[in-house]
Amino acid sequence: MLQIKNLTKVYEGGVQALTDVSFEVPEGQFLAVIGLSGSGKSTLLRCINRLVDPTSGQILWNGEDITAATPDEMRRIRRRIGMVFQHFNLVHRSKVITNVLAGRLGYTNPAWSLMNRFPKEDVDKAIQQLERVGIADKAENRADELSGGQQQRVGIARALMQDPQMILADEPVASLDPVLAHSIMKHLEEINKTDKVTVLCSLHFLDLVHRYADRVIALNEGRVVFEGSPKEIDDKKFKDIYGRDAERVG
Amino acid sequence: MQKNNKPSILKSLRLGAIVLLVMVVLAYGFEITQVDLTELRSETRINSLVRVTRALARPELIEYDQQEEIINAPIHVPCPVGGGQVKGEVPNTQQPYLVLTPSCGNPGDTIQVEGYNFSPNTEGPLRFIPGNDPGNTVSLGRDIVETDQTGHFIANLVLPDRLSDDNQYIRATLRRNVGSPHLTQTAKDTWDKIVETVFLALLATIAGTIFAVPLSFLAARNLMKPVRNSVTNIALTVIGWPVGMAIGYLAVQFVSNVTAPIAANLAVIIASVVVTPFIVVYGVRWALPERDIRTPPLWLRLVRGVVMILVVLASIFGLLQLAALVANIGNALSGVLGPFAFLGNFLFQISEILRVLTPALGALAAGGALGSFFGGIGQRSSERLPVTTVKILNLLLMSVAGALVLGLLGALVEWLYQIDRPLYTLWIPMAVGGGLGLFLAITTKARDTLPTGMVIYTITRTLLNGLRSIEALVMAIVFVIAVGIGPFAGVLALGLHTIVSLGKLYSEQVESIMPGPLEAIEATGANRLQTIIYGVVPQIVPPYISYTMYRWDINVRMSTIIGFVGGGGIGFLLQQNINLLNYRAASAQMLAIAVVVASMDYISSMLRERYV
Repeated sequence: MLQIKNLTKVYEGGVQALTDVSFEVPEGQFLAVIGLSGSGKSTLLRCINRLVDPTSGQILWNGEDITAATPDEMRRIRRRIGMVFQHFNLVHRSKVITNVLAGRLGYTNPAWSLMNRFPKEDVDKAIQQLERVGIADKAENRADELSGGQQQRVGIARALMQDPQMILADEPVASLDPVLAHSIMKHLEEINKTDKVTVLCSLHFLDLVHRYADRVIALNEGRVVFEGSPKEIDDKKFKDIYGRDAERVG
Repeated sequence: MQKNNKPSILKSLRLGAIVLLVMVVLAYGFEITQVDLTELRSETRINSLVRVTRALARPELIEYDQQEEIINAPIHVPCPVGGGQVKGEVPNTQQPYLVLTPSCGNPGDTIQVEGYNFSPNTEGPLRFIPGNDPGNTVSLGRDIVETDQTGHFIANLVLPDRLSDDNQYIRATLRRNVGSPHLTQTAKDTWDKIVETVFLALLATIAGTIFAVPLSFLAARNLMKPVRNSVTNIALTVIGWPVGMAIGYLAVQFVSNVTAPIAANLAVIIASVVVTPFIVVYGVRWALPERDIRTPPLWLRLVRGVVMILVVLASIFGLLQLAALVANIGNALSGVLGPFAFLGNFLFQISEILRVLTPALGALAAGGALGSFFGGIGQRSSERLPVTTVKILNLLLMSVAGALVLGLLGALVEWLYQIDRPLYTLWIPMAVGGGLGLFLAITTKARDTLPTGMVIYTITRTLLNGLRSIEALVMAIVFVIAVGIGPFAGVLALGLHTIVSLGKLYSEQVESIMPGPLEAIEATGANRLQTIIYGVVPQIVPPYISYTMYRWDINVRMSTIIGFVGGGGIGFLLQQNINLLNYRAASAQMLAIAVVVASMDYISSMLRERYV
């Protein structure tokens, strides 16, 4: 159970990214976060693993207060939260397998991992994860030799290496074509269903939301303007979320 | 739109004023830099310039062995009073001989000199030898004559103003090249020195790179900005470092003293060099497990800490023993290797480096360990303890830390200037430091964090910028004083300059990396160091290689002139030859520099293209 209570974030320079955001996510749910660009979706997801420090409010995860965690505790919390990014955020010049193994850094002893040494079981695990997303044959390639869809799969494999209980996906398909988008979303769905991993996924396309999400949170200018099942988004709700001038396409 | 409607007369006045100002500035510049083009036209200048240019155009690289034919013919200046022919041997017409017509004359007269039977196509000076001694080395005149195919030449000679009743002589010295061309001594010396130059640059670049890489991380804003520590943490870290360094240094001394008696025995040395790595590796394996899934209990962590300390002591011992072993091998090798004795010497020098570095490494390692250990305690206590307790701790520790830092600075000042008044160099700084620490602790909230990263960043940047502004040539002067004239001083000077300039260039590369991968690695729960190794390092390898090559290039060019101040390399030879007006030799060295710099340029650009 993830509980967000009155979360507010004001960036240096006074930009109000989130205002008094509160909601709960039960264990194992697939939650979609929608909203216009700049509505605070990325900030919200980054507050949950404290890549961004919230200004006020509280985030509780299974009773543990993430907002009050010390740096050491934060590392231990982070390693159970996988993250998938819009631009994949792979290290281009490293091998695919190294990128995947990086997901294990929170578990390895820093002194050993500095010398690029990972335990044998971690290396085996990395190959398994690559097999799971279907690109085990690319393990020795450099990350930037892969296509966009393949890179995002590496990103997912990296998140899986963490044995996550929750995955934060920040517009994971926004840089991909519709076919690839579905294949990536299917991977996330499969992880959500088989491993019972909670998924928080920010999305732009409503058809993806309808197809994959259990529940939807909609943000507009940093405030929650809708919370409920994807089916409840009718034309009126749509205009609330995306503004009066928006039109539904597709 | 309002056009610029200033009266045009003002505009032209302004333009006139600007032109006038430019003229005045230029005129002053001419005055200051003593521009003097009439000097350029003066006869003597042009002559010297022509001479030097011609010498420069003929670098002294290749020469032939020469065979000389020296023939003297007697002459009288003035003609003997009685008239008639000069007394002298009748020339042997089978051998080379000279015929003078006439064979006497007054100063200023022109006589004709003919030579016969010389080797064909040879050349050399025709000279007047004063005094009655055919072997006299004093000579006048330097007319160059040249023989034709039959070995005959004919030339005119003006008799000098040297009057004598005795025989004087006309001497023809005809030289001819024999054998195949071979390198001059200058060429060999130049080769030796240019090799020295290239290696000087190489060592300076390597040493510079090794130190510049870690510095560049400290001087990168994007890495340092997020580093913040609680006040308690900072105070304890500041205390931990010097204390740890002192302990580390003493530990090295202790280990080397204790082991000195057994270290003399070669068998013991070999045994310990073989055994220590195993102890260290297994110790580290046990004390630092590869994975930490959950936090181990306190007692286990304590035991592991003790084991790590023992491992560190063992590795210090191992390093010292390795130094001794390497020194022994080096000494033994340099005796038997003959031309490859430099390998033995290299090993010996490596052992010296190990010996010098071990105390420093020990001190740094212990300082770092104790600093971060104390810092960890500080961090934890500021998180767990009640606010009031933390505040009291901060007040106490900060004043101690402040006193310690300024006390150490005072000790440094004392050492530098030998003031010898502890009141001013120790007690007052300590009091001021304590006060400052106290002030800092009072003005911050108990659990506040301070931007330590930015402080380190600012200090490193300032240091880099400051040192970078000192030319390597100036550094070389300092190092020549420190380690004596020679290439080693050059290596140190260029190395230091390389550290600071590469540090700056590297750090700018770190600042321009893509932040995405960093964020992703951080999100996996990796700590700061892991984030750098996995997120930053792969991104900066290509530019680092590129800059290192570029720097090697610069260092080769710098090392060619660093010899001007005694820093070794070819510059020393070049300067010497210029001062001796030996322009042909200097030309050889300039040529060598040009060739080396150009080929370095080519090689580095080729490597860059291929690997970056």
